[in-house]
Amino acid sequence: MADDGQGAHGAGGLTSERMVTFEVFRYRPEEESEPVYQTYELPVRSEWVVLDALNHIKDHIDGTLSFRWSCRMGVCGSCGMMVNGNPTLTCATFVEALLPGPIKVEPLENFPVVRDLIIEMTDFMEKLESVKPWIIRAEERALEDGEYLQTPAQLADYKQFSMCINCLLCYSACPVFGLEPGFAGPAVIALAQRYNMDSRDQGAGERDALLNTDEGIWQCTLVGECSEVCPKDVDPAAAIQRYKLSSTVQWYRNFMMPWRAKG
Amino acid sequence: MRVNPQHTPYHPRWHRPSMPIFWWVRRWIHARFILRELTSIFVAGYALVYLLQLRALGMGPEAYARFLEMLRSPLAIMLHAVALGFVMYHSITWFNLAPRALALRVGGKRVPDRVIAGLNFVAWIGISAGLLWMTLKG
Repeated sequence: MADDGQGAHGAGGLTSERMVTFEVFRYRPEEESEPVYQTYELPVRSEWVVLDALNHIKDHIDGTLSFRWSCRMGVCGSCGMMVNGNPTLTCATFVEALLPGPIKVEPLENFPVVRDLIIEMTDFMEKLESVKPWIIRAEERALEDGEYLQTPAQLADYKQFSMCINCLLCYSACPVFGLEPGFAGPAVIALAQRYNMDSRDQGAGERDALLNTDEGIWQCTLVGECSEVCPKDVDPAAAIQRYKLSSTVQWYRNFMMPWRAKG
Repeated sequence: MRVNPQHTPYHPRWHRPSMPIFWWVRRWIHARFILRELTSIFVAGYALVYLLQLRALGMGPEAYARFLEMLRSPLAIMLHAVALGFVMYHSITWFNLAPRALALRVGGKRVPDRVIAGLNFVAWIGISAGLLWMTLKG
């Protein structure tokens, strides 16, 4: 297939092009038992993000390269990869910022690799589901009684944590998760907190049974990298530390006033 | 975390990289974290010295004088200087992290992170100065 517009002519020569080398992690289980790195050299335009380069490789150089992507605008959370060793959304990482290269692209760390840049994330989905990330009511209000109202201040309490797009960059950045795969992990705890802190929710106790444990919040040693790499400024590290603090306060309260302790 | 262990059945074709023992030397931010974890040894060291001092005090004036003499040795002073550095690093990073855990609201507005960290530092310096004054006064 001929070059169909990936060159500079489409923009009247305004965009510049330069050759950049990409070292891409390849793992084709039917061909190799250990991963290898494949080098691609391609013309890169100044406005390209790393995902554009990967798509160029896929479309014009090597159709066998496998990776996940969808929205190209930092919303879907599918294109997270290690770029030069850092967990990033490839749709939000400009190639120009990484020049001269070579640029190394690998699958997200701390997850099994299915193929090339595709990781296996069922473990995360199971953990996420187990903390019931939805509004739990002790008793549902009847429809005719109207909606559950919330003030802007009550919304502000949890809004930040609701911005998570499940891209798993925080899991790749977390050495605790790498060493202890049972750890609930940053996004799961942040999303549980998103509902715990929601004024309409009454399910904090149910989530507490899973998260106020060794494999929940107490496994976190506050490396803080989850918050550094988060593309949505969710700050999962803060969510976990606040959870630790409130659960400690609750423990002391139950200890001092056992007659007021809940469940 | 109680999760169903059957959700990721062993798949012979998945590549499962393991973390090397020295994973933390690859990135400065991780090395810094391990360094911070190590500072807790020195914090514990301080507590131990204090306990030994109390023990010496309980054993009478002579034992206490011997203990104080031991603290004046160059080795003890050197160890204390190193420990002081680590404990300072521990304290400063700890107070800087305080706003992460504490989301305070006063009059409907979130107290800025700098204020929360700042109050911690003020309390730390105030209490340290008070202790120093009590020690030097006697």
